[in-house]
Amino acid sequence: MKKGIKKGVLLGIVVAMTAVLAACGSDSDAKSASGDSGGESKGSVELLNVSYDPTRELYEQYNKAFAAYWEKEKGQKVTIKQSHGGSGKQSRAVIDGLEADVVTLALGYDIDAIQETGLIDEGWQSEYELNSSPYTSTIVFLVRKGNPKDIQDWDDLIKDGVEVITPNPQTSGGARWNYLAAWGYALHNNNNDEAKAQEFVKELFEHVPVLDSGARGATTTFVERGLGDVLLAWENEAWLSVKELGPDKFDIVYPSESILAEPPVAIVDKNANKRGTAEVAAAYLEYLYSEEGQTIAAENYYRPTLDSVKEKFADQFPEIKLFTIDEVFGGWAEAQPKHFNDGGIFNQIYAPK
Amino acid sequence: MAGSVPMNTAKASVSRNQTTRSTGAVKWILIGTALLVLLWLIVLPLAVVITEALKKGWGVYVEAIRDPDALSALRLTLLVALITVPLNTIFGVAAAWAITKFRFRGKQLLVTLIDLPFAVSPVIGGLIYVLVYGAHGWFGPWLQAHDIKIIFALPGIILATMFVTFPFVARELIPLMEDQGQQEEEAAVTLGARGFRVFWKVTLPNIKWGLLYGIILCNARAMGEFGAVSVVSGHIRGETNTLPLHVEILYNEYQFSASFAVASLLLLLALVTLLLKGWFTRKSSH
Amino acid sequence: MMQTGVSKRGVLPGFGLTMGYSVVYLSLVVLIPLSALLLNSTGLTWEKFWSVATDPRVLASYKVSFMTAAAAGLIDTLLGLLLAWVLVRYDFPGKRWFDAIIDLPFALPTAVAGVSLTAIYSQNGWIGSWFEPLGIRLAFSPIGITLALMFIGIPFVVRTVQPVLQDLDAEVEEAAATLGASRFRTFWRVVFPELLPPLLTGFALAFSRGIGEYGSVVFISGNMPMKTEIAPLLIMSKLEQFDYAGATAVAIILLTISFVLLLLINSLQRWVRKTAR
Repeated sequence: MKKGIKKGVLLGIVVAMTAVLAACGSDSDAKSASGDSGGESKGSVELLNVSYDPTRELYEQYNKAFAAYWEKEKGQKVTIKQSHGGSGKQSRAVIDGLEADVVTLALGYDIDAIQETGLIDEGWQSEYELNSSPYTSTIVFLVRKGNPKDIQDWDDLIKDGVEVITPNPQTSGGARWNYLAAWGYALHNNNNDEAKAQEFVKELFEHVPVLDSGARGATTTFVERGLGDVLLAWENEAWLSVKELGPDKFDIVYPSESILAEPPVAIVDKNANKRGTAEVAAAYLEYLYSEEGQTIAAENYYRPTLDSVKEKFADQFPEIKLFTIDEVFGGWAEAQPKHFNDGGIFNQIYAPK
Repeated sequence: MAGSVPMNTAKASVSRNQTTRSTGAVKWILIGTALLVLLWLIVLPLAVVITEALKKGWGVYVEAIRDPDALSALRLTLLVALITVPLNTIFGVAAAWAITKFRFRGKQLLVTLIDLPFAVSPVIGGLIYVLVYGAHGWFGPWLQAHDIKIIFALPGIILATMFVTFPFVARELIPLMEDQGQQEEEAAVTLGARGFRVFWKVTLPNIKWGLLYGIILCNARAMGEFGAVSVVSGHIRGETNTLPLHVEILYNEYQFSASFAVASLLLLLALVTLLLKGWFTRKSSH
Repeated sequence: MMQTGVSKRGVLPGFGLTMGYSVVYLSLVVLIPLSALLLNSTGLTWEKFWSVATDPRVLASYKVSFMTAAAAGLIDTLLGLLLAWVLVRYDFPGKRWFDAIIDLPFALPTAVAGVSLTAIYSQNGWIGSWFEPLGIRLAFSPIGITLALMFIGIPFVVRTVQPVLQDLDAEVEEAAATLGASRFRTFWRVVFPELLPPLLTGFALAFSRGIGEYGSVVFISGNMPMKTEIAPLLIMSKLEQFDYAGATAVAIILLTISFVLLLLINSLQRWVRKTAR
């Protein structure tokens, strides 16, 4: 019997090893191919851009544009691979070893988290202009056609009988901007009284019947399920929803003021240095600020930051008063623990009495 | 229990006509109710998938499926199923044999441990591999030093899928083989048959149904798994995206119809396996 | 298994081989990775564990998860028995399709299942709109979660009962019937005891799958804290804060409770097997 067990154990180990080795083998083939290309300065190079959810079309266009630009400039072919997912999840993946050359995420907090592990050098946010946010957005209201509940500003959201749809800021990075926008508005309208702001936000979330886990889920709830009177959404996603899901069914309402959502970009220094892609990665992000990059961003409903492009798309992006997270909240490093982490203000809204 | 002992076995090859002997009314009431349940519980949601997939017409549907990213996701999904299902099948048969044909201490514990992956949230099912093989995991630094990728590459996806589909075959076989006891095998051994032959000639014909169901379930789940795989995949388009991940990404990009079209492709794959099963059934009943 | 008392290890071969192999494979794929959760690789301390474990929101989510999974498991057990019975015992047109469709819930990515089910049960959906006037909300309530879990779990029950039922010889029933037992009595005394173990297994599987399920539930549950928030969602929410320790704590508690429940069900099944006569 003893001998039998030994045999079984041995067999188990052998099978497991072959499985893992076979899998690794097939993987390392792919790996070596990309490794070669990373080493040569001419020829071709490969970048991995780890981004968040609805940026696919933006980067699909931009990647083509950049590849053309780079080939003309340096005579080098560049292929850019894309990865999309929830911003926080993508950040964790990079921390856990996904070899991104650049990250383009929804909020600075998720890039800070990568920096803390040493993959990104300190001071990433001042490496590029405008807080390393080449394009921006803001939080707007999506309402049903004709705005039947007459929702014009943040105050209207807490009127009796108004139902608000927003994703859960604790599971959706993008939705944190929604919450902060509401908070900032309330703060400014109550002489910066924090207690009043907290009360406003609490009341706002009492008008939320369903807290979806992500922005897309919230949009579906609002658009397809017909729940709620107003959806809090990023401007670009509101435009996408209107375009994809029904131009005749929804209106976009701009509140009197809102937050400037800054989705930042950064080079993952350690990976880029290791793979020998630092130069092209830097150029890749730099080019986002160019006329061409900005136009592509604007075409995908992100607010451009370059004046000439801004002018061209002025109709699409109405001027409203925008405040930044640094001005009002002292940056993500302060806002995240205060508002969203366990024991933060958001949790208190739902604490049992 | 005692009553069951002599009655299982070879003659259990189910002859359909013999079993249809409940009289009219009860039979049809039961069939009718069952059909309703099936329509409501399973067919209805699937119908939604199909209608959503075709909402924007065939053009969008075909385009979504012919997209190179979708095709590479399809290849990856098939490859993963091809590796995980046989491995888990071998394990399932071995475990069921050990558990049902012998008595030993801690049997319940072992059975429960085999069940465990079902009780683990898929998210955690992925996370544990990150904790072991991720950059900050146990083997992370070593793997990085040797430039071996497990997480965010094929091996990670395979491991996570193996974890999620781990219990299927064993779980199908254990109740069945327990029910069948071991006299037949014992008789065969007494008559001089040995080792693998006993399994092949005596046990396998008796468990083929359970085994088949186990494999089919395992395969369906291996192809459809989302949660665990999504944690370890890295979502690189055209490279580490499986079909379910591709579905989610399309959905998140406001491409509702395309995403449901790809989902219906998964249903189609499952139907193919079931057709294979039908073929197998017919072949073996002759 | 009463007659094996004679030969503890019996005359059958292969115990060592199969046992050794099973244990190694189990360890490599399941136990060692799972132990990563327990072995403090995330900086989980006792204080942290305790504060997470006693957080009212976490407790409420456990309640939601376990109640809905248990309800779904029970209903699935009943419906699954019916489906399996009809599939094995009767011939009718379209049976092959009937049989084929049962497995499809597994093949559908859970998120798609969630979106589709929400479409059906929400207030403007095919079924939900009938219940809305009655003041019953199907989607975005615990009922919705239960419905989603039923969809996810039904193949487990059908597919565990089916092979046993197929193997069960009709002759015994016929004999019982010939001897004058009524149909119900035959079922209750002869068939049911045979089916109880697979039914228990099916329930255990559907139930435990339900506890862990995330993808389909988040769309239909509404995720309201304290009310319809499930435990796996809290894990996600903690991961989003890069709070690996908190996420692990929730997972460990979930895992422990499920493990104990599964162990109980498995022991019960053994007991049923022994006493059913």
